[in-house]
Amino acid sequence: MSLLEVETLRVAFDTEAGPVEAVRGISFAVDRERVAIVGESGSGKSVTGRSILRLVRPPGRVAADRMHFDGQDLLALSERRMRAIRGQRIAMVMQDPKFALNPVMTIGDQMTEGLRYRDGMSRRKARSIAIEMLAAVQIRDGERVMRAYPHEMSGGMGQRVMIAMMLIPDPDLLIADEPTSALDVTVQAEILAILDDLVKQRGMGLIFISHDLRLVSRFCDRVLVMYRGKIVERLDANHLERAQHPYTRGLLNCLPSIGGDRGALPVLNRDAAWAE
Amino acid sequence: MKALRRDWLLDPNPASRGQARAGQFYLGWLRLMRNPLAVIGLVIIAILIVMAVFAPLVATHDPIAQNLAGRLQPPLSPGHWLGTDEFGRDIYSRIVYGSRVTLYIVLLVTLTAPVFGLLIGTVAGYFGGWIDTMLMRLTDIFLAFPRLILALAFVAALGPGIGNAILAIALTAWPPYARVARAETLTVRNSDYIAAVQLQGAGSGRILFSHIAPICVPSVIIRVTLDMAGIILTAAGLGFLGLGAQPPLPEWGLMISTGRKFMFDQWWVATMPGMAIFIVSLGFNLLGDGLRDVLDPRSTGK
Amino acid sequence: MPLIEIDNLHVTFGKGRDAVRAVRGVSVSVAACESFGLVGESGSGKSTILRAICGLAPVTGGNIRINGVPMPKRRTKAFSKRIQMVFQDPYAALHPKRSVDATLAEPLAIHGIAGRDERVVRAMHDVGLDPRFRFRYPHQLSGGQRQRVVIARALMLEPEILLLDEPTSALDASVQAEVLNLLARLRVERSLTYLMVSHDLAVIDHMCDRLAVMQNGQVVEQLDRAALANDGAVEPYTRALFRASEHDTMGRVFPE
Repeated sequence: MSLLEVETLRVAFDTEAGPVEAVRGISFAVDRERVAIVGESGSGKSVTGRSILRLVRPPGRVAADRMHFDGQDLLALSERRMRAIRGQRIAMVMQDPKFALNPVMTIGDQMTEGLRYRDGMSRRKARSIAIEMLAAVQIRDGERVMRAYPHEMSGGMGQRVMIAMMLIPDPDLLIADEPTSALDVTVQAEILAILDDLVKQRGMGLIFISHDLRLVSRFCDRVLVMYRGKIVERLDANHLERAQHPYTRGLLNCLPSIGGDRGALPVLNRDAAWAE
Repeated sequence: MKALRRDWLLDPNPASRGQARAGQFYLGWLRLMRNPLAVIGLVIIAILIVMAVFAPLVATHDPIAQNLAGRLQPPLSPGHWLGTDEFGRDIYSRIVYGSRVTLYIVLLVTLTAPVFGLLIGTVAGYFGGWIDTMLMRLTDIFLAFPRLILALAFVAALGPGIGNAILAIALTAWPPYARVARAETLTVRNSDYIAAVQLQGAGSGRILFSHIAPICVPSVIIRVTLDMAGIILTAAGLGFLGLGAQPPLPEWGLMISTGRKFMFDQWWVATMPGMAIFIVSLGFNLLGDGLRDVLDPRSTGK
Repeated sequence: MPLIEIDNLHVTFGKGRDAVRAVRGVSVSVAACESFGLVGESGSGKSTILRAICGLAPVTGGNIRINGVPMPKRRTKAFSKRIQMVFQDPYAALHPKRSVDATLAEPLAIHGIAGRDERVVRAMHDVGLDPRFRFRYPHQLSGGQRQRVVIARALMLEPEILLLDEPTSALDASVQAEVLNLLARLRVERSLTYLMVSHDLAVIDHMCDRLAVMQNGQVVEQLDRAALANDGAVEPYTRALFRASEHDTMGRVFPE
């Protein structure tokens, strides 16, 4: 049995003009491995990540034949039991740390809050764990960072703090939703390397949600390609060249490359049949 | 036919400006209809309007015809289901005719104060600097006085009467709208779409009226509907103090004022117009809350 | 003579202790019909240069000359017919309460140009927008469609210079390809001069003949396309950017 099993997940949003289906019956399973969900905006990839944690709010509706995490039915759990899973066993790293950190609390207070109040740890012990985690994301002057407020940090630093914070409870599954999209290119690589290391060392499962197929292929095991709420292709990350679906192939080809020819870039001719 | 019209309104590819606007309006209408409280507010206001327009048909008596033989009849007495006042006038008919006065006040105030406030606020917010400082200090001066006291002072200077009361209310009501409009202007004045129209060589007038004002209008409209209760109460307050509408005009505040004398023995004389003010104020408040969801620039667009 | 000359440009926001020196002595010149790129990471001052050219940022030193003529202190209508800008975020660059039609007709109204209907329809056709979208509002359009509207708006006055501020960074990869193709085609068709800003070296390389790499408000290196492709960058910062971009650009996976 896999860590996470999702069968025919559907998410719909009610609007004035009728319901809009963001996710249209997708099934997948995640073990202690690195799985990427790739797609463009509107493909339903982020909604998929959020619905696993039951973070889709009305007017959104989530339904699935089966959504089990470690043997527990995520759709049937009470909100209280769900809170015990959220953050503790399944953690989530968002795109922009600016919006995910509380602007009026120091980093240290935010990182130790859970340890102190939920786990009833002493202040000193909680701090030492937090600093240890910051060191794990290669922040060496942890003491200083703990005293800082979120606005005093760069985007890359903020994202490292987010990752450190999410990993404190030692979750079994990490959902990372475009964790590097808001960062500069030179910083992106560092963050990815850190994330990669931690996931490998701790034997966690990782769901990496991204729009960037090439980036994802560098450090995930499997890739699920989503288009208009459906999974159109499942690939082994090492063998992207085996992609069959024209959408996947189009995504891989449409990026410009340094020293490439200046001719028109190949564009996707979206076929209505892909969405069927 | 009905389905056809709905399709036309919800057509994602409207064929003309008019159709596009009608479609947007229809979507807003649908959103408003999803809020039951807003619908109640809308119904109350619709009833008020119908009552005012068809007052001669809705009323059972002449609102100023006195009948001293039948004075101070209690509610549910024959022919006067809300009772009569100290001159034997039918209270129900007076409330019906009073809705005309209320609507008149509401209309004139909404046509003046928010427009003036919007003008001051957008100009101050867009130009900034000393213009902003000057206009906003002026606003602060007006805001520093309690509204009713300031209105009283104006009416005292201008002389009592319903026209002057409206003028006084409008003069005291604009500062909050200027504040709202200025705050909204500050958030959009540095946005890319304003920069784009500046780059196209547009003058300040065009930017203010056709680009910034439309962004501020929703917040101001919401604020106006929420303030409407206050405006009605101020008008009633002036009437109550004898500085607004003059007898025998059936104005609700004035009716409460005269009813005060009989408060302990004939409670209905003051209570019935009081209920009318309460219900209409409630209606505007509920509608204002609903409009907030429909018009808020932050909630649309996505 | 170069069309755009930027000479020792300084831009400082704020005063005294809080002053932020966003651009510190940048000199760049762009020839007519050339496409010039500015690359750098967030906060390097690259977008500020574009805004300074448009008079949207406070120039505190140096000169900007267009065709040898110093920038006017106040934006004139003549200036807006020469230079237009395409903004980064198509969600923020369009007025939320104005339809595509109103947005595109605005510059015509400002400059008193007649033939509004056919010009709007033609402009939509030129940027590949379905004419059925003419009366839609921005929230009824996708990101790529919005960016096409932004481009069409910038071209309504038929300018010779287009300032492109990260025109594709808010778009999906496949949509980015469409917009870059559109920009490349328009440049040829209308002999436009581009000054383009991006954080993506590969995009700049694809679109521009020459480029300047910026860091902390200064230009650290200027080089042309051939030098970049042949690994001719000298500055360590440029090389770091190059390496970071190279990961993503292993060349086409599939032959055409």
